[in-house]
Amino acid sequence: MSDPAIELNEDCKSMLAGGKGPATRFAMQLVLRAAQVTGAARLVPVTFAHIDACFYAGQAHVDFARFMLDGGATFAVPAWTNNGLVSLVNTEARDPETEMARGARELMQLYAALGCKTVWTCAPYQLPGRPKAGDHIVVGESNAVSFYNAVVGARTNKYGDYLDVACAVTGYAPFYGLHTDEGRKATILFDTSAIPEDLKRQDIYFHLLGTVIGQRAGHAVPAIDQLGPGTGEDALKAISAAAAAAGGVEHWHGIGRTPEAPDLQTAFGGHSPQRVETITLNDLAGARRQLTSSSDGPVTMVALGTPHFSFTEFAALTPMIAGRKVKSGVKLSISTSRHVRDLAIEKGWIPQLEAAGAEIMVDTCSYFSPAIRGCKGRVMTNAAKWAWYAPGQLSVEVCFGSLLECAETAVRGEVWRDPQLWQGLD
Amino acid sequence: MEIHARILFDGSAEADVMRLGAPLSFWGGFDPLSGIILDNNHPQKGQSLKGRILVMPATRGSGGTPGGVAEAIRNGSGPVAVIMGEGDVNVMVGAAVAQQLYGLTCPILEVSGADYDAVAAARHLRIREGGIIDIEF
Repeated sequence: MSDPAIELNEDCKSMLAGGKGPATRFAMQLVLRAAQVTGAARLVPVTFAHIDACFYAGQAHVDFARFMLDGGATFAVPAWTNNGLVSLVNTEARDPETEMARGARELMQLYAALGCKTVWTCAPYQLPGRPKAGDHIVVGESNAVSFYNAVVGARTNKYGDYLDVACAVTGYAPFYGLHTDEGRKATILFDTSAIPEDLKRQDIYFHLLGTVIGQRAGHAVPAIDQLGPGTGEDALKAISAAAAAAGGVEHWHGIGRTPEAPDLQTAFGGHSPQRVETITLNDLAGARRQLTSSSDGPVTMVALGTPHFSFTEFAALTPMIAGRKVKSGVKLSISTSRHVRDLAIEKGWIPQLEAAGAEIMVDTCSYFSPAIRGCKGRVMTNAAKWAWYAPGQLSVEVCFGSLLECAETAVRGEVWRDPQLWQGLD
Repeated sequence: MEIHARILFDGSAEADVMRLGAPLSFWGGFDPLSGIILDNNHPQKGQSLKGRILVMPATRGSGGTPGGVAEAIRNGSGPVAVIMGEGDVNVMVGAAVAQQLYGLTCPILEVSGADYDAVAAARHLRIREGGIIDIEF
């Protein structure tokens, strides 16, 4: 059985004929085949890519990047890098010299040579130069897919490895799914009016909300009502990351908050929700229990920055830690991008945090990096995504808490619970 | 008996079948060095896909799928063909990249309904170019 043919413009035909070299021809073949497999009617020009294939997953990743480079491929659009498996800063001190670490570094160097903007971050939306609402873009990192679609209003499907590179090299993507108007309409409505306003101001709320919604929405497009107009970008990042990790949500709407959802009517494209669900305090408490695999007690590490810690998160954390000391034997690890780190250095926050004993980690991801892999014992985190994935990746037990609970825990050396946060609810 | 499949990636193969009762993730749930299923929640955990024609209802989607597929083909530890009830673009991408880089062809096909049941019930299959699957040839 053959799939229907897809019409190509002269630009695409030229690439397919090898006019831009063998690597670009292969990239075009891959994009075209992906369009046929997904049933896309046509290709759509893209304006930006966030490349996930620079995250080492074996020799094939290195061979692919080498093939693209040797075959003369260049990027047709700005292509920014996701974090790597290792940090390129202070690598000797942090990463055991393994085949994996060597391969990871080689891979990162290849993508730099290919012309990527080497931002090495899973939260590229925190950097200047954001795509605009309505732009078609190519993103693979799940939290960034969710954030770009929902919060920025740019349009991307969740691109797998290699296809992200092929789209960025050709400048085209298959037009289907979240690139189309129809694919972006909400189908499930989550009503949060039963949640007290006080809790809606807490950072932990958004991680828990994202976790609950992710599990209930799966791959559907959910809309959240009563999110609150003051919900900042750290909160929107938390929802994006948690809903993507817990369920596979690639796009969502915050009614009155996100660009495609000025009101219910618009978010649902004039249709009624297929399902309306109420979020209760018990749902949130349940998610908190799910994200916690350990009893309270002494910790070996506090892990912050999944996705990468933002400028405003550094602003919130610094006064909690500055002038104090992280408990001896406890690692306070804060994962961020070089860009945000540099801004936080200018503010004087990083020196204060480092003086207190915190370790700032750039370029990489704090549950995959070899620098973290040896970590054992009880770890506290404020990131639902970290809590969701780390127990499967590392030999650790996880306690999930708010940013303040994490900061206090790092100083005290054992899990501290905020008595104000969960009054009357366990 | 001859079945005509939808072609995600064309090629030929002949081997015994490894039929999975549940979707598999090629990234995280599978070791591309050994070809063994790692996923603790998978009913066939510990079994090897090496040298087999893999028949499964679907793959558990992940952006890491192409790397897992390409790496397994590179190592010769993976299946020699994949037949899915529900096609997946990322499995295709892994196979296409492996052929480009290593010259190794792992056909990826989609069949549904009664055809899937027939393929899934077979112990040994032959796949010919053009998406033709021979059962009891």
